[in-house]
Amino acid sequence: MSEFLQVVLSGLATGSIYALAAIGFTLVWQAAQTVNFAQGEFVMLPAFFVLIALNWLGWPLWAALAFGLVISVLVLGLLFKKLVVEPMLPNTGLPLIIATMAVAILLKEGAKEFYGAEAQPYPALFPHTTLSVGGAVVSIQDILNILVSLSVVLALTLFLDRTRTGRCIQATAQNPAVAEILGVKTRRMVLYTFLINAALAALASMLISPVYLAKFSNGETLGIVAFIAAIVGGFNQIRGALVGGLLIGVLDNLTATYVTTTYRAALPLVLLIVIILWRPQGLLGTSEGRQV
Amino acid sequence: MQTRRTIIATALTASVFLAAPWATAQAADDTVLIPCVCELSGAGAVSGTNFRDGAHLAADEINAAGGILGKKIDMPDYDTQTDPQTSRALVQKAIDAGAYAIMGTVYSGSTIVNMLVAQQAGIPQFTGAEAPSITEKGNPYIFRTASSSAKGVPALTAYFKDTLNVKKIAVAWVNNEFGKGGHDVFIEEMKGAGIEVVADVPSEQGQADFAADVAKIKQSGAEAAFVYVNEEESARFLREAKKQGLDIPLVGEVTLTGQKVIDLAGGAAEGALAHVGLATSAPDPLFQDFVKKFHAKYNRDTDHNGIKGYIGVYAIKYVTEMVGEFDSQALADKLHGLTLKVADHPGLLLDTGWDETGEMLRPSFMTQVKDNQQVVIGMVPAN
Repeated sequence: MSEFLQVVLSGLATGSIYALAAIGFTLVWQAAQTVNFAQGEFVMLPAFFVLIALNWLGWPLWAALAFGLVISVLVLGLLFKKLVVEPMLPNTGLPLIIATMAVAILLKEGAKEFYGAEAQPYPALFPHTTLSVGGAVVSIQDILNILVSLSVVLALTLFLDRTRTGRCIQATAQNPAVAEILGVKTRRMVLYTFLINAALAALASMLISPVYLAKFSNGETLGIVAFIAAIVGGFNQIRGALVGGLLIGVLDNLTATYVTTTYRAALPLVLLIVIILWRPQGLLGTSEGRQV
Repeated sequence: MQTRRTIIATALTASVFLAAPWATAQAADDTVLIPCVCELSGAGAVSGTNFRDGAHLAADEINAAGGILGKKIDMPDYDTQTDPQTSRALVQKAIDAGAYAIMGTVYSGSTIVNMLVAQQAGIPQFTGAEAPSITEKGNPYIFRTASSSAKGVPALTAYFKDTLNVKKIAVAWVNNEFGKGGHDVFIEEMKGAGIEVVADVPSEQGQADFAADVAKIKQSGAEAAFVYVNEEESARFLREAKKQGLDIPLVGEVTLTGQKVIDLAGGAAEGALAHVGLATSAPDPLFQDFVKKFHAKYNRDTDHNGIKGYIGVYAIKYVTEMVGEFDSQALADKLHGLTLKVADHPGLLLDTGWDETGEMLRPSFMTQVKDNQQVVIGMVPAN
């Protein structure tokens, strides 16, 4: 029983970070009707911004984290939107999707060239203290990872549902033309969405890097798993991305423990096929319209 | 007048173009090409980068001392990206460029694929790979720069049986060529020693989450665990083991107590044990001199892969000088069955030999991580 609890709790902790990355897919889909295949690299890069502040500038951890967050929002939010999304948006979805693939390669190779190909140690944000829960050992970091992810999803949902800006973002996502007629500054709303996505990617990066270590190639696996999590949960629902991320995290660990470790990497893809066949819109997704 | 100028200009241009190949040939005559084909990016970047840097350190020393038979070593780097097919293409590229011998690759999965190319061309290849299968294929041009797991893992059997006195053991291994080779040897060794393997846990190269792996080992009742994964995965495994309180001896072969693993594991490597063929912490003046030189040149420490690259290049130098000419075939022939004494060949750091398959024969070390440093706790004779 303790083994079962152990793998479920660890899976939830890892899955909660997949969820943060998966939410990014949902947000960008809503804002630009495209799939951002650089999302994994968006999660990889902020860790290096933090390391630059820590190791090169010699800043304390809290300042380095703030630096990482601000630079991420500027580079992965503002610059990405201005330099990649805006020029490509009039050309419909496919060119933009290809452009995001190019961005993924650029970020990955850039990180490798700039910081090296080796994995870098990354400081833990939380103490290494562990707790015993029903025989399972859970670290404070795992618990806080889950809590942070849940809090972010809750806060984002409240922001979108309960605030004027949030409702304007939703209106822009549902029908930009009508929202424009109604006086919504749609370009600004789209920009907000990209900034939020960049901030979430930075947060995911800071949470996962103590485990994954900071490495230029981290985005490859993360991007694929988060993409699958977003589809499994429902590509047009934030809470769907959360459910998808948690589900993959837990099922991955359960499969490795009780079924097979050899084929654990195939599980998300099997899950994806099953969900698409059974419920194409995802577990919590809706088959009509787009809602943030 | 105009015609004369045109003739002079044409003659000058022609002379430049005609002279260029001669100049190149002169430059080529002064150097010997020993390309380093290794993993500078991808999952094997830690190993490949150290291997490359160790090789370059040796090449620079040899060049500063006059080169090999009067020729300077030209060592361009080719990055395989830890991809076997890319490594195959790059070995071909190195041969096409006129390689006398090739350094690399380090990952067994790549070496298994690319060594066939060097074999067809008859070019000696000095690999850092440790899978037993590499020297079991009858390739007369492959030479190790460290003993394989077929040599290393048996050296651990006595440690598990006599020193740790374990009856039940777990094995965590990476499911690639390197891991499979070591895993198969380990299972056979444990069977022979009468130790029951109660948990057999494979993982994927690049795996990040080891929660399930550690939980399985913890529940298995194992009294010790043999951890046979690559550097980054070793660090992640050790972190998870510490988190879950896996309180049994964790013993590895080669990687587990490497300096990079210690750095990445952030304190979780403390107490880990490993048998290593090459140890930067060996209390030997030649090893310590190497460590100092490496640190001075690159401003960082290396692991055993740096030593592999270093001794590989020195092996080429010493044996070429014994042969007396740059003949790739003669180099390969001479190496088989050869033993070089460190007293006469200090660049090899220890007495070193190669058998008829290219397997390396040399003493090895038992190491443990103490105060975030790899410490040698015992010497294992050549087997």
